[in-house]
Amino acid sequence: MKNTTLSALALGMGLLFTQSPTAIADEAPYPSTYQPIASNSVLLKDATVFDGLGQKFTNTDVYLVDGKISAIGQDLEIADGVQTIDATGRWITPGIIDIHSHLGVYASPSVKAHSDGNEVTSPVTSEVSAEHGVWPHDPGFNRARAGGVTSMLILPGSANLFGGKGVVLKNVPSRTVQGMKFPNAPYALKMACGENPKRVYGQKGGPGSRMGNFSGYRKTWVKAVAYREKWDKYEADLAKAKPDDKKQPTAPTRNLQLETLVDVLKGDVNINMHCYRADEMAQVIDMSKEFGYKVTTFHHAIEAYKIADLLAENDICSAMWADWGGFKMEAYDSVRENIPMVHNAGACAIVHSDSGVGIQRLYQEAAKALADGNKVGLNISKAQAWAWLSSNPAKALGIEDQTGSIQKGLNADIVLWSGDPFAIRSRPDLVFIDGALLYDSSDASKRAVSDFELGQPGEGDVK
Amino acid sequence: MSKFITLCLAFILLQTPAIAQTFAITGAKIVTNNGAIIEHGTIVFNDKKIIAVGETTAVTIPDAATKIDGSGKWVTPGLFLPFSQVGMVEIAAESSTNDTRSNKSPFSAALLAADSYNPKSENVGITKIEGITRMAILPTPSRTIYGGQGALVNTSGDFRSIRNNAAFIYVQMGETGARIAGGSRSASWLWLRQSLLEAKAWRKGREPAKPLLNSADAFALQNVLKKDLPFLVQVNRASDLLALIDFKSDFNNLNVVAVGAKEAWMVADELAKADITLIIDPHDNLPNGFESLGATMYNAVRLHKAGVKFAITNLSDGSFNARLMPQHAGNTLATGLDWDTAFAAITKVPAQIFREEDNLGRLATGMIADIVVWDGDPLEVMSSPDLVFIDGQKQDMTSRQTRLRDRYLTIGDENPLPFAYR
Repeated sequence: MKNTTLSALALGMGLLFTQSPTAIADEAPYPSTYQPIASNSVLLKDATVFDGLGQKFTNTDVYLVDGKISAIGQDLEIADGVQTIDATGRWITPGIIDIHSHLGVYASPSVKAHSDGNEVTSPVTSEVSAEHGVWPHDPGFNRARAGGVTSMLILPGSANLFGGKGVVLKNVPSRTVQGMKFPNAPYALKMACGENPKRVYGQKGGPGSRMGNFSGYRKTWVKAVAYREKWDKYEADLAKAKPDDKKQPTAPTRNLQLETLVDVLKGDVNINMHCYRADEMAQVIDMSKEFGYKVTTFHHAIEAYKIADLLAENDICSAMWADWGGFKMEAYDSVRENIPMVHNAGACAIVHSDSGVGIQRLYQEAAKALADGNKVGLNISKAQAWAWLSSNPAKALGIEDQTGSIQKGLNADIVLWSGDPFAIRSRPDLVFIDGALLYDSSDASKRAVSDFELGQPGEGDVK
Repeated sequence: MSKFITLCLAFILLQTPAIAQTFAITGAKIVTNNGAIIEHGTIVFNDKKIIAVGETTAVTIPDAATKIDGSGKWVTPGLFLPFSQVGMVEIAAESSTNDTRSNKSPFSAALLAADSYNPKSENVGITKIEGITRMAILPTPSRTIYGGQGALVNTSGDFRSIRNNAAFIYVQMGETGARIAGGSRSASWLWLRQSLLEAKAWRKGREPAKPLLNSADAFALQNVLKKDLPFLVQVNRASDLLALIDFKSDFNNLNVVAVGAKEAWMVADELAKADITLIIDPHDNLPNGFESLGATMYNAVRLHKAGVKFAITNLSDGSFNARLMPQHAGNTLATGLDWDTAFAAITKVPAQIFREEDNLGRLATGMIADIVVWDGDPLEVMSSPDLVFIDGQKQDMTSRQTRLRDRYLTIGDENPLPFAYR
């Protein structure tokens, strides 16, 4: 992990007692307190398996031990007394990862008091963090789990040029956000293109145009570069200083807004940018080169199909809807084949929700996109399409060595489906997160009830 | 043949917009919505009506008919959107293209959705090629709880595609209606009742001294009451649905249809007894307001068990993605609802709600030939239409979206021309 390397470097340079931005990041404030829930080993036997990396296996077993995937194969040998679940006629997939969710920051019920996803007080708020806005009792988390979602990136909204940091969560019920926080997952920084920032700030001092958007990004990146240089100089001075020097270098004052951006420039925080239009995405790619950072994922990317080759060339993921669009000018050129066309060009395609309703059926979004793509002659398999739901978002979030595919040693984030997940009658039967069974469609005691829903109509109901 | 006659013929051919054609789709799996699915069926129709439908062996195909091989295909009635704004808005966020709200108009109940309908809207085309041939369209309530009068239209894109420009009225109650009417449910129910009493009593030249309604709205409501047109009322909370039942009986068994009805399963028996049909969205299972804490996808199956009739639609997006209606219906299958009921909820029931059950929503001799040929089960998300017929006319299956797709589908080809020339 990059964080670890940087940390080791910092220590090696004798910076143990300094307050450099990197050192602060390494201290990881608001650390994850997530602990996998205790589980017993279980063998899921004779299923059809999509491994999330493009492969399909039939009559195959998946063996979960100590919260990890211990083995995948046929007729696996297991320890005595291990529970075996007959999965004949059923499907097993990696848990779904939604790279664009506002659960918790725009929680249900959607009353005014729950509007915690956009810090609409300034177009640049890279100092804020979604983890400080998440309400862990949002009933939407439980609905998403019943739809097979095991991890999510919770993002700030798109009102601002720099909206703030997003946080990766495990979809486990917890009293605290820290208790859901995906251990060691890098942070994301949300940025936004186009109509939203200029609409929100057009009458409030700007930006009021796409030109203003870009000057706003660039002016801020210039400040970030200068801030990094200030810290670099301080660290160099400190390294040169002798303990008995009268004048010791003083650390610059921390600037939280720029600190996040410096972490982006260092490659520790991933850029996730809300962008609809192809021409705008191409401009953003050039801006990232101007300042020396990388865009990890374009979100919504309605026109990704127009520049799928450019996205492939620059190794940038697109997180897309199957068929939503049209609600504003920059979403007018939506096509139903966006996802398969991006995939077909060799670029990284991801299915995202941006919705507490949509997150419950991301697998159907993949199914629709797949069918539409194949109807115009693209030749994509269901197993390949599952990468859009698990391994591609895992890669984009920097957690692919922990989750997102069915491989020995990875976290047992697994869904057992009642049938082919792309068929309309299929739904998750069982959802395991780190090997713990946290949803069972046939067992009410395995359906989490949020504090909010306790004692309300519909408490504990099937949804 | 003389040159003159040839010219005349050419002229006539050019002037005829669509030649009346008889089609026969043969050997298909046909869903008629009248009894069992026909596994090997044939349907014959022209631009007027369906001529025959039945087992392939029992249907005579006229010699002049254009035959379409339906083997491996599903044939169904055109889908019927029961609650939408397709064609009234091009881009929701661009007010210049959005004719769904009239918050600065002095009128409300009298507003006609049909006046805002643009058959050439992109949204009409993208809706049609997903198998939806008929739509109920309606205005959004803004200044009062009355949105206005809804229309029935087809999705052909033809200029004359409005079938009925005053087919129903739409009223917003529940949380939103309460805000519009003055701040509370007390205000919205009183407003609704009082406005109807006033409309009933309204006579030309004998207006009340300080009327709640203007004359246009009053006469529109009078017309609705006189013709007993469907009175679509948006409500979600169980207690609001019970209030709606009282309202219906107080107003002479008004033809009330409840829209939303997320907590309807909690009062299903009462709704069945009051014979109220619903328009619901099964995907709406979040407690996104305090009026929908009981929301669940199992609403549909529980209502069906209690004998309540319902149509299904996408209530979260009435224009661009209204076309997702079959997915919303299909998902009820996983909750135990039977296929026929789920499919009827997007075809037959909407036709019944809008009093078109003798013309639309089923495949039977004498009915309008709105017909869709699918590449598979229409309730599966991986299926899609191959052909759509409206009034017996074969429809163009391209849209602005398919054109954009086709332009960029060849990305990476060694074509030196910019995409604008492709």
